[in-house]
Amino acid sequence: MRNTFAAELLKAARNDSTILLITGDLGFGVLDEFRSELPEQFINSGVAEQSMMSMAAGLASQGFRPFVYSIANFPTFRCLEQIRNDVSYMKNPVTIVSVGAGMGYGAHGYSHHAIEDIAVIRIFKDIEIYSPSDQEETIFCIDKILNRSVPSYLRLGKGGELSLKLSYGFEHTNREKITGDFQGAVFWTGAIGSEVLKAKGQLEGEGFRISATSFPEISKEAICEALNFNVDLPILTVEEHVFEGGFGSSVLEIASDIGHKGRITRLGIDSRNKHQLGSQSFLRELNGLNSPSIAIKLKALMESAT
Amino acid sequence: MGPKKSGIEQVPLSSIKDVGSIKENILRIVHKANSSHLGSCLSVVDILTVIYSEIVDKVAIKNKDKKRDIVIMSKGHAAAAYYAVLNKYGYISNLELENYLEDGTKLGGHVHHFENNFIELSTGSLGHGLPYGVGTALAQKKFNSSGRTFVIISDGECDEGTTWECALLANQYQLSNLVVIIDRNLIQSLDSTESVLALEPLAAKWTSFNWNVREIDGHSHEELFSALSDTRGPLCIIANTTKGKGVSFMEGKVLWHYKSPTDEEYADALREIQG
Repeated sequence: MRNTFAAELLKAARNDSTILLITGDLGFGVLDEFRSELPEQFINSGVAEQSMMSMAAGLASQGFRPFVYSIANFPTFRCLEQIRNDVSYMKNPVTIVSVGAGMGYGAHGYSHHAIEDIAVIRIFKDIEIYSPSDQEETIFCIDKILNRSVPSYLRLGKGGELSLKLSYGFEHTNREKITGDFQGAVFWTGAIGSEVLKAKGQLEGEGFRISATSFPEISKEAICEALNFNVDLPILTVEEHVFEGGFGSSVLEIASDIGHKGRITRLGIDSRNKHQLGSQSFLRELNGLNSPSIAIKLKALMESAT
Repeated sequence: MGPKKSGIEQVPLSSIKDVGSIKENILRIVHKANSSHLGSCLSVVDILTVIYSEIVDKVAIKNKDKKRDIVIMSKGHAAAAYYAVLNKYGYISNLELENYLEDGTKLGGHVHHFENNFIELSTGSLGHGLPYGVGTALAQKKFNSSGRTFVIISDGECDEGTTWECALLANQYQLSNLVVIIDRNLIQSLDSTESVLALEPLAAKWTSFNWNVREIDGHSHEELFSALSDTRGPLCIIANTTKGKGVSFMEGKVLWHYKSPTDEEYADALREIQG
């Protein structure tokens, strides 16, 4: 996903000299091509995330389109007030790019896990949030960001994500182009989509009919769109993020506002597990975010609704 | 750039004439609004006045020219001084100035940007203006603009890590068009800067980061003009100032970081400023 990002941004930047790629001294092997081909559009701010973010805001205020790239929490929590005051409040069109969404950095530990980022960024109504599941969605997100001139947050997996091969059923969300008499729906955001689709495949083998929607953008429009398609169905939300304040919380808030009648349950990271170390797949399993656990949860939800 | 005023037949800077009414406005609006930071306003007002009166191209700023000079008032708590200066040079109307801190005002207690005005950045949390200014200075260089970026910071702001990150960054990017002016009034929020978190030797610190450093009397308009006209940047001007300058009972007092003048104090202060 991060390689797709680097390649797509390079493609766009070749034709638009206002696009800048700013890194907080990270991206070894990922940003090299951009750096060597467009050195004038590449800035390494050093390990100085707060100044990097305000500097990006200053550049954006003068007509540039900076993409600020760093790992996990470094371009968010480390410089949150800079995002709040200089990017969001000033409406400067900076795109914050965080790589290693969720527990992508596995055994590197909690310092490198972006598991509370959606919650903090979504407080800022002026920042649009993008959280692709695979390469195709990453391209969709970059196109959308470049076509809009507003502050944005792009949450990327670390790499090696599988293509989910969905097709864009709607303007804001990504889903299979099927309709039918569904027994339940599953909503997810980010690279956890591969686990969700495995679970869905297993349950379909058992005869369940499931509506599946990916959210490469987390917005009111996207959530309303999906809720309107899945009127009053029971819904499971899945995210590689803590339960508090994340994607599932967004769905619950909007579902409540519009009076969705189906039951909604969530899967996410239990923040009490943050001291545990291991690979991403180990940590997903620990938090019930692997495909067997997702299947159990989704099946129980659908059975309880009938 | 403003008109050059050097050589033997030196014409007095018009900023000297202008600053009197600006100070009166500061005193009046702060007293009327019962607000604070008067001491900080009086230490920074000469710096701001010289920048707007003598240094920047005011027409380019008014036209929002892409190649304009950019002024960032990072010392956001001295907002009343900034608003009074902007009012003097036609960027803020008299009506807006009178509405300072009133309900629904456009002029908040800390420097407040609103759409289509001439304030580049909302500030109030220290340590934001300089990195933002590194960004605008970098943008000016990328546009081959002759405009410069001026960032006014407080000496207390030198406690912030971003100040020193930017000391590194400006040198790394060779930002010859970036000027930081430190309002060195020696007093921060609770005490003297040297007893809270000592900054000295301050000039040596900036010099060691490869900045062109000029240490001046921050109330001398001639010295300010000379230093601000130096285009060898990144330039750090340490403007030695006095908190509450010009009002004997406010000078050098931490109290006037917070206190609003009573009617009597206001009358006394006004008399001293006008004297």
